[in-house]
Amino acid sequence: MFKTILHHHASSCTDCKKLCCTKIEKFGVKIGRLTIFEDVNIHIHCGQLTALIGPNGAGKSTLLKAILGEIPHTGTLHYVDAKGKHTGHPLIGYVPQYLRFDVSAPTSVMDIFMACLTNRPVWLCSAKSLRPRVLKSLARVKAEHLIDRRLGALSGGELQRVLLALALDPLPDLLLLDEPVSGVDQNGLELFYEIVADLREKEDMAIILISHDLNMVARHADQVVLMNKGVVMSGTPEEVFADARTKKIFGMLAGETAAEAAAERGRA
Amino acid sequence: MDAIYSLLDLLPVAFLGSDFMKNAFLAIMLVTPLFGLLSTMVVSNRMAFFSDSLGHGAFTGIAIGVLLGSVSPLLSLVVFSVLFSLFITWIKNKSTASTDTIIGVFSSTAIALGLMIMSHGGSFNKFSSYLIGDILSISPDDLGALAVVFVLVVVAWCLIFNRLLILSINPSFARSRGIHSLLVESLFAALLAIVVSISIQWVGILIINALLVLPAAAARNVTDNVKQYHVVSILVAMFSGFTGLVIAYYCNMAAGATIVVIAAALFFITLFLKPFFAR
Repeated sequence: MFKTILHHHASSCTDCKKLCCTKIEKFGVKIGRLTIFEDVNIHIHCGQLTALIGPNGAGKSTLLKAILGEIPHTGTLHYVDAKGKHTGHPLIGYVPQYLRFDVSAPTSVMDIFMACLTNRPVWLCSAKSLRPRVLKSLARVKAEHLIDRRLGALSGGELQRVLLALALDPLPDLLLLDEPVSGVDQNGLELFYEIVADLREKEDMAIILISHDLNMVARHADQVVLMNKGVVMSGTPEEVFADARTKKIFGMLAGETAAEAAAERGRA
Repeated sequence: MDAIYSLLDLLPVAFLGSDFMKNAFLAIMLVTPLFGLLSTMVVSNRMAFFSDSLGHGAFTGIAIGVLLGSVSPLLSLVVFSVLFSLFITWIKNKSTASTDTIIGVFSSTAIALGLMIMSHGGSFNKFSSYLIGDILSISPDDLGALAVVFVLVVVAWCLIFNRLLILSINPSFARSRGIHSLLVESLFAALLAIVVSISIQWVGILIINALLVLPAAAARNVTDNVKQYHVVSILVAMFSGFTGLVIAYYCNMAAGATIVVIAAALFFITLFLKPFFAR
């Protein structure tokens, strides 16, 4: 109870003293002469779900890639743990938006877990000793039954859960989720958000989520960051969805229903 | 070498009577498993066009070797192919142009440059054996080099395979697991270049790429995890290598081409078997 109160108040992101916190400071990415975004400052607290929203091309996915260090960027990323000790770069888990892999590739879920968890070559060594650990990881996302399936034979929702399980082993300090735009049905999406909400509570993990589903964001996020080539505004879901700038970017209708959902949550 | 020859004499097969056939047999048994191994990731990472360009790059490699004169053509070919493959990989990562375009540019430049140098003085004919390949050209020295490459590739495959597999799923995801994608891709490209360049003299430039695509293409039709994929791919490569050599010997044909035709036949068989294995 105390924890939830603390979290909800922390979302104004003014102080990072008491909780563990990831600070994104003055992030900017330029590709050639094109500025994707600049001067992005976001503080993310552990046990908080921070949602990134914004129109297509706003630089959301690029921001995640910059945090991962995959593309060159300006600015710094600081991670400070709960004791206030500076610990440098956080351990990051990442769930990609789409996969470029070949759906006919004979790679099973177990294979990809083994490749991620050990240095023993998957093609040569036995995987028996790892199986209990992988089953436990998959159980966390309700996907134990998928362990011997081919990656290419999974549905969009199943694949997303398997990738989430992969990102959670070992348990990261910061979890980055890039929500798939297509391929996941409503039930799959609900299940995914349920798992994420559960994680936030149990594991005290900082989560950044890119989402296009404003209603889901309004219901689950602690902090919402509206991006459009930089941070337009950030705050609690109520604040952001009540703001005129959000309504202008997403259109009246979408903003309105999300604002209602956020307000409803605020009253509850 | 003599000890190995006398061991082979114990085998109850008539076609291994002469020393050059023994050399050819040993070379095929050393190289085909490597094609089986590497082809798994060539196909899974959609690098068929890239591996094809390595064969084309060999034109220039051989030509430069002949031009320099003092070094052996094989050495110059290996060095050139490795540099060529690393350069393509590097440019591919730097540039925003599509991979196909970049490989296409490099591949055709390498052929043109090679043909230009080779045709200098109208002496192209002496290179034509590289186009089709000659299995009987393998010397005991080549076998020594093959054995070294065999060990090198198997060890390297143990070290980089997991990373390559993760990279084939998604580059950003690989990055989050601390994988340096350019380094892993470069290593893989260099391995491919080495195996292609040492095999080119007996398989031939025209069809070398088939051996880097067909074994895995056949294997993926009937398998659904990484271990089965490797086992079947290696078996397909070795089986086509062995039967191809035997048929080529008795019918007096180019061995490289016969091996590729058999591998292609296996691919079509597995394609028809696919519905029975699909899960």
